Amino acid sequence: MSEEPPAVQAAALGKTYRGTGGEVAAVRGLDLRIGHGEFFGLLGPNGAGKSTTIGMLTTLVRPTSGRASVCGIDVARRPVEVKRRIGVVSQNNTLDQEVTVAENLEFRGRYFGMRRALARDRSDELLAAFALTDRRAAMPAQLSGGQAKRLMICRALVHRPEVLFLDEPTAGLDPQTRIHLWDTLRTLQAQGQSVLLTTHYLEEAEALCDRVAIIDHGTLLACDTVARLKGTGGSLETVFLNLTGREYRQ
Amino acid sequence: MTATFLAMLAREMRVLRRTFVATFLRVVLQPLLFVFVFAYVIPKIGGSGLAAGGGSFATVLVPGLVASAVVMQGLLAVIFPLTMELSWQRSIVDRVLAPLPVPLLALEKIVAASVQALVGGLLVFPAVLLVHAKGQAPRVHVDNWPMFAVVLVAGAVLASAAGLFFGTVVDPRQIQVLFALVLLPMTMLGCVYYPWAALGHIRWLQIAVLANPMVYLSEGLRATLTPQLAHMPAAAFLAVLVAGAVVLCALATRTFTRRVLT
Repeated sequence: MSEEPPAVQAAALGKTYRGTGGEVAAVRGLDLRIGHGEFFGLLGPNGAGKSTTIGMLTTLVRPTSGRASVCGIDVARRPVEVKRRIGVVSQNNTLDQEVTVAENLEFRGRYFGMRRALARDRSDELLAAFALTDRRAAMPAQLSGGQAKRLMICRALVHRPEVLFLDEPTAGLDPQTRIHLWDTLRTLQAQGQSVLLTTHYLEEAEALCDRVAIIDHGTLLACDTVARLKGTGGSLETVFLNLTGREYRQ
Repeated sequence: MTATFLAMLAREMRVLRRTFVATFLRVVLQPLLFVFVFAYVIPKIGGSGLAAGGGSFATVLVPGLVASAVVMQGLLAVIFPLTMELSWQRSIVDRVLAPLPVPLLALEKIVAASVQALVGGLLVFPAVLLVHAKGQAPRVHVDNWPMFAVVLVAGAVLASAAGLFFGTVVDPRQIQVLFALVLLPMTMLGCVYYPWAALGHIRWLQIAVLANPMVYLSEGLRATLTPQLAHMPAAAFLAVLVAGAVVLCALATRTFTRRVLT
């Protein structure tokens, strides 16, 4: 019997941006393997290459070297097939600002081939689960930061993706909202959802992730369970600072 | 994939339904005021109301103003939302992550804007047809319906594709400059207010305006709506409108894909 392909796999994955100012290597030869049902954290300081990595894995950024796949499907060669299997919560508020909260979810369902009635039911179900039912007729611009983030998670889950990508999901949120979102993510984890989360909050990685990879300057520096990483240097923060340096970055 | 494409069109129509009055007031108001002044007020206060190339000015204006409305609505229907979608929040990602190849998303935007352009043209048509002074009624008659449809659809697609092209290559902060430097001269020199044949008196201008795609739509509609007036040969405007629509669709699809995928 053939082995099931991993949820996410990257082999020597790289991205070099070419512009008028010359070449900038954002990600260099990254190797990753994330199993099904795993909650995986990609940890790194600002500018480490986390968002570029997530961009490549979600088909939005074209790799310049190496390969990556989601559920065994090559992200560069078959992007549409990959998009069917992933849900993405990006760092920015990318909600459709022209339609209501509920319509953001209904149209997402219809983009993924759901019939209108089914898309509406799924939208209602998610709005209830994420405590957004009373905001269903609002426009996205009227939502608070936490509500907008919750709606983005709902949107990413509408079509029941096999892998959920979360790029800095709690950046800029107050502590209460952050803890509430963590609870939501833990529920997804308990349901067996495969998740790749990028963050630069060490406590977030510690609270949620089965395994973490620490990257900086586009290079993988360490990859293991939080417990084992801590065993090498005390706290996760110490390990992180030892690997990525203590100097202040602009 | 078809379901995704249709769902995206449905989303555009939902947005349009919500903004219908404001959107089409913008389209109809300018041509309506134009015919009110030039086909009603001027003849009433002693102006001749006669146009270059013969016939009443109203007759010349009908195809020209419909063409202008189609082009403006096609361009703006893409450019306005796109500048928002490509701004720093990049809400375009909402659609890019749908299971559809990105070039098809570009085509969907062109199709949706073309529908808006056609609706704009069809709303302007009765307005410019009905407003005129006594004795100044435009003489409009369609002999060749298939050619009328081809001209209108090709013109709408060309304008929408041009909108997508400009929307993806021009910095959103420079859009105002685009209006001033491109759209205004395009209308003033687009054979909207005079037939192309009448420019024979200014030969250099008659040749120079051939670079303006609006000329071919104005002349195409002139040939099909007011065939009694001198107009450009059908082969010329059909070739430019159809080939222009195809080339601009291909070009805009590429620039859009390059803009949304890094």
